Amino acid sequence: MRWIGNNTDLILGYLASHVWLSIVPTVLGFLLALPIGWWANRVPAVRGVVLSVGNVLYTIPSLAFILILPGVIGTGFLDPLNIVIALTVYAVAVMARFASDGFASVSPAVLDSARASGFGAAGLALRVELPLAGPVLLAGLRVVSVSTVSLVSVGALAGVDNLGRLFTEGVFTGNTAEILTGIVLVVALALVLDLLLVIAGRALLPWSAGARRVRGGVA
Amino acid sequence: MIEYRSVGKTFSGGNAAVADFDLVIPSHTTTVFVGSSGCGKTTLLRMVNRMVEPTSGQVLIDDVDVASRNPVELRRSIGYVMQASGLLPHRSVLDNVGTVLRLQGVSRAETRRRSLELMETVGLDTALADRYPHQLSGGQQQRVGVARALVTDPNILLMDEPFGAVDPIVRDELQAELLRLQRELGKTIVFVTHDIDEAFLLGDQVVILAKGGQRAQVGTPADILAAPANDFVRSFVGLDKGGRELHVEERDGVQVVVDAQGRATGVLKG
Ligand SMILES: Nc1ncnc2c1ncn2[C@@H]1O[C@H](COP(=O)(O)OP(=O)(O)OP(=O)(O)O)[C@@H](O)[C@H]1O
Ligand SMILES: [Mg+2]
Repeated sequence: MRWIGNNTDLILGYLASHVWLSIVPTVLGFLLALPIGWWANRVPAVRGVVLSVGNVLYTIPSLAFILILPGVIGTGFLDPLNIVIALTVYAVAVMARFASDGFASVSPAVLDSARASGFGAAGLALRVELPLAGPVLLAGLRVVSVSTVSLVSVGALAGVDNLGRLFTEGVFTGNTAEILTGIVLVVALALVLDLLLVIAGRALLPWSAGARRVRGGVA
Repeated sequence: MIEYRSVGKTFSGGNAAVADFDLVIPSHTTTVFVGSSGCGKTTLLRMVNRMVEPTSGQVLIDDVDVASRNPVELRRSIGYVMQASGLLPHRSVLDNVGTVLRLQGVSRAETRRRSLELMETVGLDTALADRYPHQLSGGQQQRVGVARALVTDPNILLMDEPFGAVDPIVRDELQAELLRLQRELGKTIVFVTHDIDEAFLLGDQVVILAKGGQRAQVGTPADILAAPANDFVRSFVGLDKGGRELHVEERDGVQVVVDAQGRATGVLKG
């Protein structure tokens, strides 16, 4: 406990950078995956490619990926950008599959009727398909957000400041309090972000919460 | 007036759903396409709002080929009701009714006003306005579908088996409601069904279709019953087994009309 009291600035600094390193790849990955998933849902061949590329990417060990990136894109060795890019790629790999499934879950009869009512192509995609894919997109976003928070820690091994540093330093110096602090904060951060997503989902998708309640009530 | 001029539709894969179809649908009347499953009713209906493009021939609305119109604008100007109501599950009843108005850029307040008005017109309790479609009964959903189609006051209303998925009692109610609406509004309605009784009840002009969108007979219900064009029509409308035959029995000087099952259905006047 005394260790925490003496190092609050250090811990808060790591926490702040961990938050940013988690949120930026999650949001970027989500935004990039939407058009890819939408396209994949339209064209079966694209869907095949998206799924297999996603699988292959996910088998690359994250540490190796983070260490190789500077050589590939010319960033500095300790640049946080390496982590952001690597984790964004992972986020896209996971999220594109969810997005494709989400768009596939939209009822063809509803789309047909919306088209017959006079929705143009853009209106259909943004105001009908996107919100109706919402529940599956949210499920994907929750998976990506939790896994990104935990993957950020790996960046500590590549010398980037974040809560993962508390494990690496704690192990190095035999400081159990430091290790425990790191673990608790990473788990807490993952839970808080997940909770925020659930709350945002309730607010943005009120119709789907209602649908779940009704189905649950009947069953 | 809607006019089909030697219209054909061959789907990719070589399936000729409709071939060389001609028909005039007069304005302010109800025309019903009736025929068994797969005969091309939906295909013909959806050519009017370009949801299906003919592979040959033309469809004209007031002498203008629909192929020359922008499909999105065309669809916004035509009401469309389908069997599974097709409501947007993520929007409230009120927003569903007002969908096309919003697409046309009508203000929020005006859309709200007109949507509430339309809900009343089709006999929907406005207390349902804030519900989502899945919180309504099938019959209520169909009413919302009709309200949504009518909210822009379109000249043409396309209805594809709109009452096919509701129970017979609600169906009778919705049919009666449509007849009342049509008396008030005088739209050009094109209605698809496979139920000949529904066709005769609602149609000013009934188009009996055989496989491949062939016109078996076109006429008023009375014309068709009086002079069925062939055996197919006779059997389709139920004249072959005597199902529609009525006869008169005398009771104390009153002429009582009795149907084929021997049930008294009314008295003969004049
Ligand atoms: N998109 C399509 N692609 C290929 N064939 C189609 C398509 N739509 C319809 N068809 C075929 O065209 C024919 C007519 O179909 P249509 O949907 O117009 O029939 P329908 O009279 O409305 O039938 P139902 O009463 O079952 O709704 C059928 O043989 C059908 O299989
Ligand atoms: Mg049909």
